[in-house]
Amino acid sequence: MATSASPQKSPVDRELAGRSVMTTDPHQLRAAAGFRRSGLVAVISKILLLGLFDAFSLSLIFAMAGLHLWVPLIATIVITLLINWIYLGKSKRLPGKYLTPGVVFLLVFQIFVVFFSGYIAFTNYGDGHNSTKADAIGAITVAAQKRVPDSPTYAVAILQKDGKFFFLVTDPAGKVSVGSSTDPLTAASNPQRDGTGQANGLAGYDTLTLDQVLAAQEAITAIAVPLTANPADGTLRTDDASSAYLYTSDLSYDRRADTFTNGSGVVYRDDGKGEFATADGTKKLSPGWKIDVGFENFAKAFTNPQLSGPLLRVAIWTFVFALASVALTFALGLFLALVLNHPTLRGKKIYRVLVVLPYAFPVYLSGLVWAGLLNPQFGFVNQVLFGGAQIPWLTAPLLAQFSVILVNVWLGYPYMFLVCTGALQSLPEELNEAARVDGASPWRALRSIKLPLLLVSIAPLLIASFAFNFNNFNVIYMLTRGWPRFSDTTFDIGSTDLLITMVYKVAFGSGGARDYGLASALSIVIFLLIATISVIAFRRTKALEDIN
Amino acid sequence: MTTHTEIPIVPIVPDADRPRHYAKRPFRLSRWVRDAGWRHLIAIIAVIFAVFPLLYVVSASLNPAGSLVGSNQLFATINFANYFALFTNPEQPYALWFVNSLVISLITSLATVFLGAMAAYAFSRMRFLGRRIGLLALILIQMFPQFLAVVALFLLLSAIGEVVPALGLGTQLGLIFVYLGGALGVNTYLMYGFFSTVPISIDEAAKIDGASHAQIFFGIILRLVAPILAVVGLLSFIATTGEYVLASIMLTDPTRQTLAVGLYSFVSQAFSNNWSIFAAGAVLAAIPVMIVFLLLQKYIVGGLTAGSVK
Repeated sequence: MATSASPQKSPVDRELAGRSVMTTDPHQLRAAAGFRRSGLVAVISKILLLGLFDAFSLSLIFAMAGLHLWVPLIATIVITLLINWIYLGKSKRLPGKYLTPGVVFLLVFQIFVVFFSGYIAFTNYGDGHNSTKADAIGAITVAAQKRVPDSPTYAVAILQKDGKFFFLVTDPAGKVSVGSSTDPLTAASNPQRDGTGQANGLAGYDTLTLDQVLAAQEAITAIAVPLTANPADGTLRTDDASSAYLYTSDLSYDRRADTFTNGSGVVYRDDGKGEFATADGTKKLSPGWKIDVGFENFAKAFTNPQLSGPLLRVAIWTFVFALASVALTFALGLFLALVLNHPTLRGKKIYRVLVVLPYAFPVYLSGLVWAGLLNPQFGFVNQVLFGGAQIPWLTAPLLAQFSVILVNVWLGYPYMFLVCTGALQSLPEELNEAARVDGASPWRALRSIKLPLLLVSIAPLLIASFAFNFNNFNVIYMLTRGWPRFSDTTFDIGSTDLLITMVYKVAFGSGGARDYGLASALSIVIFLLIATISVIAFRRTKALEDIN
Repeated sequence: MTTHTEIPIVPIVPDADRPRHYAKRPFRLSRWVRDAGWRHLIAIIAVIFAVFPLLYVVSASLNPAGSLVGSNQLFATINFANYFALFTNPEQPYALWFVNSLVISLITSLATVFLGAMAAYAFSRMRFLGRRIGLLALILIQMFPQFLAVVALFLLLSAIGEVVPALGLGTQLGLIFVYLGGALGVNTYLMYGFFSTVPISIDEAAKIDGASHAQIFFGIILRLVAPILAVVGLLSFIATTGEYVLASIMLTDPTRQTLAVGLYSFVSQAFSNNWSIFAAGAVLAAIPVMIVFLLLQKYIVGGLTAGSVK
């Protein structure tokens, strides 16, 4: 490490310097006793921490077993056993004791999620396709319910227990039962009844007052209490919190044929795309469920005319943006470093502090501040600098790209300035003198001597800067959100979108359906691009050679 | 990334410009212009370019007019109404965001330092199978920013939330755990270099005195490498406060959000109308970071050049 590489002379260091190996020195014996005493503390705290961790794992394992999550359960068991093995072992496992905590986080939240992205990229996961087929069948059945035309009237009272609503139902025959959206009706024992014989209270439950009913109106009208455990028997719903009617599904599911049929005889089949659809594909039932779709997401990204054109433009722009950002920030940073790196320049320190200020300002704020400055109608730049002109800095495609790069240069050049100043100052002054003696002009000395030396040390940082700008989410998202939007696609993609902002908007954007599968496929593409670039870059700079 | 132990970059010490001895010559304007004057000119232009947007925010934050167009007259009025509005309007719980950001970033950076230091200690002091591969892997992994896998992280956390609600989507602890996935990586590599500058004879002497590995690590090494711990902690703190992608999808409840997420959603609701209040919020959010940065610039730059890139 070049920075502050001088070994530190600490008090410990000095104390240890003149010490013999024999442990007869009373001073040293006391020290050794101290080590033993705190050794006991260490053992106790280790046992405590490990015990807590094991208890936590055990509770995890039970919770997972309850939810039938077998794969994560096995993974948890393996990891827990491994950690116990490492921390209860002898000195051979010492490196593990220090590496494990960080590595566990790394494995779960950085490496596993990459592979998980790889898996999601091959599914149709997203809005309308985020659960299993069984869940989808249940949801479709419930969603398609209609009031039975000759339904008897059931009197209801709304009860509450633990924040959950229940129906207390008195059927036309006077039988009283209780149930909720998740619990089918069961007979209620000893209900309180009002004068008409209608049940209005039950031990263990609170009956809602009129005010409470009005306050929770929406939640109550959404309740559908299954009549029996069989969903086909229908559910009870109420509009006024006093009388409920029987609703049955308009769609009936035929388990054997795996089809839905509605009242007018239209048949919906599993179309193999994770949804039920009519034979001609014109009508579909929602929701669908999650299935593996193979390379469909990748194919969609490259062949769907809504996506392939914009994707190509975004990819090219991402490269242009990253390259231009690196080149311009480096050029400006180096230029300023050269200008200010003059031995007798007055006020140099103040200049240096002021010039790096943008770097200290949080990036997400910079993006928003510039978005205000460049606002076409009210922004400072148009109103004051250009005298009220309406220059579309952030709304015309080419100009927006220019503005984004300008702002990124503002954000990034201080870093390059700092780095170049450091590198320039580490060049020996003798080089300059030797060049002058040989008759080289200052320009020549810079171009042929300083710059090549500078580039040796800065090249790896330039590659890093490229990789960083390739995924420079904050600047783009805060400044333009990737807009102005392309006119030839319904996706929320625009001229200043980078690949990473496109992924974010496809996955979590507000307009249109969220498509996790497609977003993951795109992020896999980014992964591959970065991997290729970094392999080439590392080969060229040999940055990795000196690890021993 | 590409941390490279041989990068011969020194941290910037302003005194490092060795003053050369130039013969005193009578002052001549033409020579001054040729020698230093143009440098001042360029420096002043650069300073204006650098500082103007910052001055503009400060001015906007002091302007009670409130809107974007009203902020165009710089420092026309000075009034702290916007700052009061920040803390009184329940629709934008600025104080909560501030505290959330502070707590999340503090815990993340402390834990990052701790996890990274332990790993760096193992890499620098022990020899074991897979050590070299491990170091290389750390460098390569950090080429891929964690937020690339944002979809998978979102789904993973919603699955975790079903088992352990305290770690699921919408919880700050869950977000901190996600951030800790990136704790190793550049930090470890940075610290590894620094740890290796502490002579191993210190460890050996302590071992002879009967110290266990844990005592050497906590009692001796950690104190000797305090400067790099401070740098890594600071870099991690700054990076965490500015993180938007993961925080925006993990934290949906406005009272749990961080400054980055909260301020963005606040200002993007009604960009022009909320402008002055946003500016006040931005100034308050930026001041602590800028102060810390400028005070410790020397160390941060050293750390940055050896390790990461903003």
